[in-house]
Amino acid sequence: MNKKFVDLFWLAIIVIILAVSLWIVQDANHPIRRGLDLQGGLQVLLEADVPADHDVTLEQMTTARQIIDQRVNALGVTEPVVQVEGERRILVELPGLDNPQDAIGLIQETALLEFIDSGSQPLEEGMCVVTSENTAPSPCQIVRGEVGAEDSFIEAPFFETVMTGAALKTAVPERTDFGEYFVDFTLQPDQADFFAEYTRTHQGQFLTIVLDKEVISSPRINSEIDGGQGTVTGQFTAEEAEKLALQLRFGSLPVPLRIESTRQVGATLGTQSVQASIEAGAIGVLMVLLFMVAYYRLFGVMADLALGFYMLLNFAVYQGVPVTLTLPAITGFLLSTGMAVDANVLVFERIKEEIKRGTALKPAIDTGFSLAWVSIRDSNVATLVICGVLWLFGRSFGASSVQGFALTLSIGVLISMFTAVVVTRTLVRLIIGGSAKYIETKKWLLGA
Amino acid sequence: MNFNNFVQRRKIYYSISGIIIALGILAMIYSYFTVGQVFRLGVDFVGGTRFEVQFSTPVTEADLRQIFVENGINNPSVVTLRGQGVENGWQIRVPYLSPEETQTLQDSMEALSPLVPNTLLITTMSPAVGREVTRSAFVAVAVAALIILFYIMIMFRQVPHPFRYGLCAVIAMCHDLLVILGFVSLMSAILGWELDALFLTAVLTVVGFSLQDTIVVFDRIRENLGKPKNRRLSFEDIVNMSVGDVFKRSVITQLSAMFVMVSILLFGGDPIKAFIAVLFVGLLSGTYSSLFTATPLLVTWEEKVNPSHAG
Repeated sequence: MNKKFVDLFWLAIIVIILAVSLWIVQDANHPIRRGLDLQGGLQVLLEADVPADHDVTLEQMTTARQIIDQRVNALGVTEPVVQVEGERRILVELPGLDNPQDAIGLIQETALLEFIDSGSQPLEEGMCVVTSENTAPSPCQIVRGEVGAEDSFIEAPFFETVMTGAALKTAVPERTDFGEYFVDFTLQPDQADFFAEYTRTHQGQFLTIVLDKEVISSPRINSEIDGGQGTVTGQFTAEEAEKLALQLRFGSLPVPLRIESTRQVGATLGTQSVQASIEAGAIGVLMVLLFMVAYYRLFGVMADLALGFYMLLNFAVYQGVPVTLTLPAITGFLLSTGMAVDANVLVFERIKEEIKRGTALKPAIDTGFSLAWVSIRDSNVATLVICGVLWLFGRSFGASSVQGFALTLSIGVLISMFTAVVVTRTLVRLIIGGSAKYIETKKWLLGA
Repeated sequence: MNFNNFVQRRKIYYSISGIIIALGILAMIYSYFTVGQVFRLGVDFVGGTRFEVQFSTPVTEADLRQIFVENGINNPSVVTLRGQGVENGWQIRVPYLSPEETQTLQDSMEALSPLVPNTLLITTMSPAVGREVTRSAFVAVAVAALIILFYIMIMFRQVPHPFRYGLCAVIAMCHDLLVILGFVSLMSAILGWELDALFLTAVLTVVGFSLQDTIVVFDRIRENLGKPKNRRLSFEDIVNMSVGDVFKRSVITQLSAMFVMVSILLFGGDPIKAFIAVLFVGLLSGTYSSLFTATPLLVTWEEKVNPSHAG
């Protein structure tokens, strides 16, 4: 009686989990994320372009990550991934991108530095603007959450772009004899004449420097800047001058980044070939399910129910976490599915052994589960430990594919330990154990 | 099936393993002298740029080469791509290129014959990152082996000589690694396969599967050693009995894995067939090595140390 209560208790829990998973899986707003190898797109691995003995701080990398994130967001790609990998790398993934070269340019281009004509008024530092260079909304507004819902969008003030950072050749911080700091800059030779002409005609006005549409400095044009060489002065501290020079040179990225690896997958390639493989894999899994029924009869039916539950639960977790599905991740899932099948096989073989020894069906079921549990536990824990190692080393692989494998494998193993043991056991006990008297007279139902 | 004399025939099992691994090593040597590497390592491991392109009209290899030579790349490796739905497909491998250089080459190829949209595959990897991937792969496998060794030693601490169980499991794992490396080397010599990052996933899967299998057999040995009624039996007999107990399970589990893999090999997409083929060979080897390598090795070890106990 007591045992029956335990079984019914588990059945209730299983039904609740089943309902929750179904509810998550049917939610079309959160489809399972597919990796680049499945849907095509661009992956770029960037590394801090500083000598190996120079330290790169986590803060610098995080800032660089945020800036790149803003820029790729402007590309309009759905669900871009920008993450810091290890100590000095940033991984960028842009799914379904059709013009990768532009994206590479945008990511690597340090930042959009512009000189805008703000007329007779200096602009306040940190102000967001829109410029004539491109009509994209100001990224600094996006960061501050000012552009979110379309209707709450407040248009930032518009200014004419005079020239962009591409016109600059160098910028270095300097110090006067009186201890004042300023920034010395040189223009590209072909820009010198244009700039001389512009500064001559706009003397006394303000030439505001904006970085990614955010004002960083608003100096006054004091005199005609001739020969492509000029200075930006202001009440700078040493750090401020250093920072401004750096921004002029590298844009807003705190560290220069170079491209270490790129992977570009045509959209058709990703979808077509993989679609076929997934369908083929599904056929294979179906055959396994049929085989289980053919070989283990009633037990096989229970195992198939548990396996169906196992798959549903996996998909729910993939949607909930979320997990990005790549080929290695799918392989991890298939391997853990194999382990789930194996756990059932281990149990059923034990039960059949017990029956062969002459044990009655009900005690044979209990003994089978408890004896097989040791093997299931030992082998699954070993797999989990290996997953841990892979997860740690996957970080340094640059690409996160090995981590994806480790992630789906460990999720699968954990779920399979639950489904192959608890779910199968509850079903077997309630259905087969519940009608043991009848089933014992029909040996063919057990395949024994 | 009778398993009473299972481990007594271990010399046969060792010979089979030996022959298969020796064939693999021969393939590696052959590959070394023909290709210059024991197997072709892809750009993922050694760095470089790889284009996989599909033209809308046929192009000649000479024309394609010409494009690369004009851009200062003197010795590109050019091979035709074959497969379902792939027409006029080519794979070109060159040293590491910057995104700008890649774009220039892509434009030149586009000019030769329009590329089929959305079928371009370009991978570039700097040699430094490639080396790092290779090193990490080695370290990961080595650390995994060490951890398996310790894990099994802890799980088997109640039985005599737990270290042997750990080491035999690791040897079985190395056995499987050698088998798949030999297989890949053979395929790389015959069909021009390259090891890419996916291969690493295959290796890890094989290691996981093999370990699972080995632990199941060892668990059974531990269980049978602990039963009072078996106290009079020799170690050899207990091992035979344990193999007999788990043999059916090994076959059924292996069969289940085969269903999925054969199905993908028959109906799946071409790009991952090589990957699945490696898995297929690896999983077969994994089941073989747990029953026919790791387990008999325990007996061999026992007899080498304790000849008097030999059955």
